[in-house]
Amino acid sequence: MISEAAKQLFIQIVGRENYDDSKAGRLVYSYDATPQFQAIPEAVMAPRNTKEVSEIVKVCAEYRIPIVPRGSGTNLCAGTCPIEGGIVLLFKHMNRILEIDEDNLTATVQPGVITLDLIKSVEEKGLFYPPDPSSMKISTIGGNINENSGGLRGLKYGVTRDYVLGLEAVLANGDVIRTGGKLAKDVAGYDLTRLLVGSEGTLGIITEATLKLVPMPEAKKTMLALYQDLEAAARSVSKIIASKIIPATLEFLDQPTLRVVEDYAQIGLPTDVKAVLLIEQDGAREVVEREMRQIERICKEEQAVSVQLARSDQEADALRTARRSALSALARLRPTTILEDATVPRSEIAKMVTAINEIAEKYRVMICTFGHAGDGNLHPTCPTDARDDEEMERVEAAFAEIFAKAIELGGTITGEHGVGAMKAPYLEWKLGKEGVEVMQAIKRALDPYNIMNPGKVFAKSTRKRVVVTK
Amino acid sequence: MTSSKEQKAIQDQFRERMNEDELMNCMRCGFCLPSCPTYIESGSQELHSPRGRIAIMKAVVDGLIEPDEDVERTLNMCLGCRACEPVCPSGVRYGHLLEEARDIIQQNKKHSWPVRVLRKLVFKELFPYPNRVRVATASLGFYQRSGLQTFLQRTRLSHVLPAHLREMEKVLPSAPTLKKMKKRPKHLPAQGEAKRRVAFFSGCLMDTLFIETNDATMKLLQLAGCEIVIPSLQTCCGALHGHSGEKEQAKWLAKRNIEAFEQCQADAVITNAGGCGAFLMEYDHLLKDDPDWVDRAKAFVEKIRDISAILIELGFQHKGLKLPPQIVTYQDSCHLRNVMRTSSAPRQLLQSIAGVEFREMRESDRCCGSAGIYNIVEPEMAMQILDHKMVYAEQTGATTIVTANPGCLLQMKLGIERKGLGEKVRAVHIVEVLFEAVKESGLFEESKDG
Repeated sequence: MISEAAKQLFIQIVGRENYDDSKAGRLVYSYDATPQFQAIPEAVMAPRNTKEVSEIVKVCAEYRIPIVPRGSGTNLCAGTCPIEGGIVLLFKHMNRILEIDEDNLTATVQPGVITLDLIKSVEEKGLFYPPDPSSMKISTIGGNINENSGGLRGLKYGVTRDYVLGLEAVLANGDVIRTGGKLAKDVAGYDLTRLLVGSEGTLGIITEATLKLVPMPEAKKTMLALYQDLEAAARSVSKIIASKIIPATLEFLDQPTLRVVEDYAQIGLPTDVKAVLLIEQDGAREVVEREMRQIERICKEEQAVSVQLARSDQEADALRTARRSALSALARLRPTTILEDATVPRSEIAKMVTAINEIAEKYRVMICTFGHAGDGNLHPTCPTDARDDEEMERVEAAFAEIFAKAIELGGTITGEHGVGAMKAPYLEWKLGKEGVEVMQAIKRALDPYNIMNPGKVFAKSTRKRVVVTK
Repeated sequence: MTSSKEQKAIQDQFRERMNEDELMNCMRCGFCLPSCPTYIESGSQELHSPRGRIAIMKAVVDGLIEPDEDVERTLNMCLGCRACEPVCPSGVRYGHLLEEARDIIQQNKKHSWPVRVLRKLVFKELFPYPNRVRVATASLGFYQRSGLQTFLQRTRLSHVLPAHLREMEKVLPSAPTLKKMKKRPKHLPAQGEAKRRVAFFSGCLMDTLFIETNDATMKLLQLAGCEIVIPSLQTCCGALHGHSGEKEQAKWLAKRNIEAFEQCQADAVITNAGGCGAFLMEYDHLLKDDPDWVDRAKAFVEKIRDISAILIELGFQHKGLKLPPQIVTYQDSCHLRNVMRTSSAPRQLLQSIAGVEFREMRESDRCCGSAGIYNIVEPEMAMQILDHKMVYAEQTGATTIVTANPGCLLQMKLGIERKGLGEKVRAVHIVEVLFEAVKESGLFEESKDG
């Protein structure tokens, strides 16, 4: 409960219009894009600047009120669901692009900037900000940094982490720190920038970021390769990489996913094939053309039934947009849609695809798979019904086995969605007890009262490890 | 004020009537947020977004919150433009959820007596009866022509009305006389060989206040090769009722219209108002629980076409139309675009006119704030949306702003007025522009009954 005294302090800081504790006003911040997680916060606040954030945090520290920073609430790990109550912090007033520095190739932004707005703004200056999570039309940079979001271009260009040069953050005691800067090189002490990126709001609240930009590639080509055999598609992925070609995008969609995506997008995607690869390359024009020819050859060698080049930018864009809608389109099939992002080394992608299908069969659940195959980052997705307890148990068991299999293949429980509340019970599987302890020590040192997004990353209890039987 | 007893009744009805599968179908991905005008204009308030509203509706069903004033407020704040539907990968039919929720709240709420009387007058006594709509429009005509309007405006007696209503009154077209409105055709031949037999849905506003647009619509259809039947038993489409929580009344109107049009044996039913067309197009959903009617509704729905869609089907874009040189832009009618999914046909038609330089307006697919009676009941948000739109409209440099629905048309006229562009910019229905072009190109032969 937020005491009347704390409430008055909050209102003094942000103004009455930026403090909401009405029932409806709180209800709409009780969720994010993660199924089966909902918890109503005690209040919602929208600070206008870093100073206000710092003052809010000081009050929260004094009264031990949990704080959950939230962008647009599109994350998929229940990272912004206020499971321990407290306040949800919104960044709708802190949504400006402060500077695009064309001399240093950096952008300085406030956390509430919408990802696509930033991308468009830098592209107007011939620059490129590659991280492009599927929700980029509405996701915020602050959210992307906290979740260390990936996207379709991760294979060649990396993820959000690779583009954060410096941060301003408010710590749990209200102190404001600045890390990194507009620097290509900086080894002054521990890399606090990287520590904060992907920390899911558990270590501090990011209030400003300096991002790295790169020159806009000269040319870009988009291709669809069609397969009647899932594994052949997966093998093509490993073979392209092994041939020392790093495409900008290398996405995989299986048949059930293709069908729902086409149902929504209606752009003429093939629905009679078992899988497709969406492949893009960018760079110098000659290189792009040469490499796309090589990729085409590899796909055909691996029994692609057809390889089609997008005829126009609009067609390429439609294909990318369709791919980005995959998860939400799968929600058409059943009332509940549970998605994971188990990730394996690229060389193991065919094995993982096979394993997912076997596991789905074993537990009698439907699993549709799509994802960033080129990164080894798959999104096995289960259309189900949360109202059916028996089925939900099988779904959970199937996903536990998928996690176990991914780790066995040298992979991880989450490639880009984050741990949040959803995957916290599995964290120890990946890190081991010692690994989790190191992280907890960092958390305790920076947030002794556990007010920063509590209940995330670390679970009260770890799920019993599944042993994969071969 | 909603009493706790009313709240309880509303909550029970939510549990009983709201489609739970549809509510669960929203997986809360947030892809709808950037398309929602009220989310954007409210400064990114989740409460005023489709995802937020669905979460609220579900929370009422789940008993997480009571349907209090804030809940009602967020549902009222929605324009009902349905821009969230085409962008929803999960295919959630938000419009249906909203309509059901509004109906439940309205039906269980005890309004103050003036509101009660007004609602009854408008929904039950006026719109269902075309004759009464004509008389009402004629009275407006009398008011405009008698000098009463000028008198009230000069003496500032009209200031008893709130500012937004005063502004709105100024942009109303001059109402036709009762005599003119009563003399309507029932059947018109095609000009030349008849390619199609179509029925025309006249609409309440379109057949009174915008009677000339209706006349022009029929002339375009004749010219395109359509034999036209205009069933005299047709009535209001019921959209106003459906969107305002008077669903039963809407169903009654729907049945009357289905009956009236069944008798015409037409290949298609043509509308020229996106708002009406979209509502007609969902009669099958409206009557889904009525086994005697659902199939008849489906057959009716399959025939609904917007005027621009049928003109494109019949190759009107190849007529060689021309107009004096002008820059033209197009403001989508939300329901035409998002429900009838007709957005390229009107643009194609405009681009086919020689002399027209078509310039797409930024956010032309975003609601103008008219939204049925929204601009009357929620003037603040409506005017904020409109003023924002007019900035983009002006940026195009267009002298002609084209729309495809009477509400949007009035709103754009209002926007032009508010921005002081009245001297150089006009707002017209797409049919008016096409008809001007037809005349300019010498294609129109004054027919005997025309």
